[in-house]
Amino acid sequence: MKKRILALTLLVTAVLVLAACATPTAAPAPTTAAQPAQPTAAPQATAGEPYKVGFVTSITGPASSLGIPERDTALMIQDQVNKAGGIKGPDGKMHQMELIVEDDASDASKATLAAKKLVEQDNVAVLIGSSGSPASLAMVETATKNDTPMISMASASQIVNPIADRKWIFKTPQANQPVTAVQLDWLKANNITKVASIGVNNAFGKDSRDAMNEQFKAAGIEILADEVFQPGDKDFTAQLTKIKGLNPQAVIVHATPGEGAPLTVQYHTLGLTAPILHNHGIGNMDFINLAKDAANGVMFPIGKLLVANSLPDSDPQKAVLLKYIADYGAFTNGKAPSSFGGHAWDAVEIALAGLGSVGPDRAKLRDYFENNVKNFVGISGIFNWSPTDHVGIGKESLVLVRIKDGKWEFVPPDQYAAK
Amino acid sequence: MTPDQIFQLLIAGVTIGSIYALIALGFVVIYNVTGVINLAQGEFAMLGALIAITLTSETPLFHRAFVVNLNLPLIIAIALATLLVMGVGALMYLIVIRWARTDSVIIQIIITIGISIALRGIALIAWGTDPFRLSEFSEGPPIQIGNAVLTRQDLWVIGSAFVLMLLLYLFFQRTFIGVSLRACAVNRVAARLMGINVSHMMLLAFALSAGIGALAGIVIAPKTFMGYDTGTYLGLKGFVAAIAIGGLSDERGAIIGGLLLGVLEILAAGLISSGYKDAIAFLVLIAVLFVQTTGILQRGAKREAAGV
Repeated sequence: MKKRILALTLLVTAVLVLAACATPTAAPAPTTAAQPAQPTAAPQATAGEPYKVGFVTSITGPASSLGIPERDTALMIQDQVNKAGGIKGPDGKMHQMELIVEDDASDASKATLAAKKLVEQDNVAVLIGSSGSPASLAMVETATKNDTPMISMASASQIVNPIADRKWIFKTPQANQPVTAVQLDWLKANNITKVASIGVNNAFGKDSRDAMNEQFKAAGIEILADEVFQPGDKDFTAQLTKIKGLNPQAVIVHATPGEGAPLTVQYHTLGLTAPILHNHGIGNMDFINLAKDAANGVMFPIGKLLVANSLPDSDPQKAVLLKYIADYGAFTNGKAPSSFGGHAWDAVEIALAGLGSVGPDRAKLRDYFENNVKNFVGISGIFNWSPTDHVGIGKESLVLVRIKDGKWEFVPPDQYAAK
Repeated sequence: MTPDQIFQLLIAGVTIGSIYALIALGFVVIYNVTGVINLAQGEFAMLGALIAITLTSETPLFHRAFVVNLNLPLIIAIALATLLVMGVGALMYLIVIRWARTDSVIIQIIITIGISIALRGIALIAWGTDPFRLSEFSEGPPIQIGNAVLTRQDLWVIGSAFVLMLLLYLFFQRTFIGVSLRACAVNRVAARLMGINVSHMMLLAFALSAGIGALAGIVIAPKTFMGYDTGTYLGLKGFVAAIAIGGLSDERGAIIGGLLLGVLEILAAGLISSGYKDAIAFLVLIAVLFVQTTGILQRGAKREAAGV
C-alpha cells in the first residue's frame, strides 16, 4: 500500500511539474518582468505604474514555429524598452513595460481562455495575439466584449472584417488577398492557366483558398483541384496523387511549415515537377531545415524581411529591417529572424507607440490605433491604419522569394510584376 | 481515378497501415499479458524516432543548451534507440504500473494516460516543439510502377513491419519465453502454477511493446517527420486498429486492422474527400466502442480477478 502511494505521488508530481513547464515552456531568454530599472533612467520619483501588454501566442502545437519567434521578439522589445528606462507616458512619468505571455498551444479554445485571463484578471491595456488565424478569431469576441483593443499576428482577413463588427481589432500581417495577387502576377507572367491547390483545413487555409478562388477565376485561371488536409496531417499522398493525375502547370499550397515541409518533400518523391507556389505561411528557416533539398525552387510572396540585404538602400524599411535582424540575432544567440517575429515586432511597437501617446486607457488606445498609425515603418510594411482599414499594408509590402540551396533568394519584381 | 492512381493510394495506405499495425501489436501484447490498455503506446514511437534522430544527426537539445553531434551509423542508432525505449517501457512497468496491479482497469488506463502526457512533456522540454526529420535509410530515386511511385522508404516501412511481425510470430510460437508469455495471456493463475514468473512476463511485455513501438516510429520518421506530439496521433490510430477487428486481444486482428485502417483512410481521402481521412478512423472507433466497450473492459476485469 505504502509503495503504491509512493508511486502515485511520484506520478502526480511528475505530471504537475510537466504541466507547470508546459505553459511558459521554459523561455530560452532570461528576460522577465522582474527586470530591475536601469539607473540611467529618470529618477525614481517620476516612475509610474507599469504598462501591461497581454500577449497570446502559440508556443506549442502545430503553430509553434510561428509562436516562438513571436514570443522571443516581444521579450526582446520588453528588454530593450525597460533597459532604456521604460515608456514615457502622456503623464510625463516613465512606465516599465510589463509583458504577460500566454501560450495557447495552437488551440482556439485555449486562446479564448488566455485572452479572458489577460483582459479580466491581469487588466492589460492592449491584447496582442495570436499566432494563427483560428486562435485569433477565437479571441476577437473576448476583446470586443470587453472593449479592449487587440492586435492579431495572423493573416485571415475575417479577423478584421467586416470592419463594422471589428471596431477593436487590428492586425499586422498582410491579409491573404495581396499575397494571392502576387502569386497571380507570377502565374500571368509565365502564361500559366491551369493550377491545382492544396491547403490546410482551418481559417488560415480557407481564407487563402477563398482569395485564390476569387482572384484566379476573375483572371481566367482554371483551378483543377482544390484539395484540403487537416492541421497536423503528415501524409499527403492521397491528395497529391489526385493532383498529379490532373497535370496542373503549377501547384498552389496554403500551409505553415509543420505540414508544408513534409508536403513539399512528398510532392517531390511522388514525382510531381510543376512549379510549387506557397503562401507567406512558410516564411521561416524551419521550412528549409525540414524540407531540405525539396525546398529548392519553392516560391512564395512574403514581406521584405527575409531578403532585407538584397533590397535597394533607398527602401524606407531597409534600416529597420537590418536593425531587427541584428537585435534578434543578439537576443536569441544567433537565431535567424522570421516574418512571424516581424509581425510581433510591428504589433508590439505600435502598441508601445500608442501607450506612449495616450497611456493605458483602452478606448483611447483604440482611437489612437485607428487614427494615428500613419506611415509607421515596420517590419512587414509601412502601416496606415484607418477607420476603414485595420490592416494598413497591402501588395506593395510584399516581394516574391524563391528558395535556392537552403537560402532565400529575392526574385526581382521585373520578372513577374504586372506587365 | 485511373488504376494507376488507385494503386498509388494503395501503396500509401499499406505503408501507413503497416505502422498502425505495429503500434496495434504493441497494444495487444501488453493487453494480453497484463490486462492493461497502454495509451502511452504512441509515445514509444515518438521517443524511438526522436532518439534515433538525435544519435544520427546534429540535434540541438533543451533550447540549444547543448547540441548532440554523435553521427552514429543508422543501424547502431536504431538499435540503441530501440533498446533505450525498451528500457523506458520496462521502467514504466517497474515504477508505476506494477504498484497499480490491484487497482481497477480504469485506474490503470488513466495511469497510462498520465504517463503518455509525462513522456510527451519530457520530449517537449528536451526536443522543443519543432519536428525533426530522419534521413532516408537508403538513397536513390523512387521505383516507378506504371505511373505510380514506390519510394525506397515505403519499401523499408513495409519490409521491416513484415519482418518484425514474422519474428514476433516465431518468438511467440517457437521460443520458451514466447510460449510463457502466451500462457500468461491465456490464464495467469495457471501460468503461475506452472512455475512461470508472471511479474517477469509482464515486465517483458512492456519492454517488448515499447521496442515494437520504437521501431515503428523510427521507420516512418523519414516520411512523416517526428515531433514531440506526433506520437499521440499514431497511438490513437494504432488503438483503433487494435480494437477494431481483434478486440484488443488478437495479434492477427491487430495487423489486419492496421492495414485496413491505413488503406481505408487513404482511399477515403483520395476517392471521396480529404476531409474524411480522420473521420473514417474515428467513425470506426466510435462504432466499435459503441458495440463492445463494456465487453473489453469486463474481460480486462475478469483477467484481473483471475490474475490476483
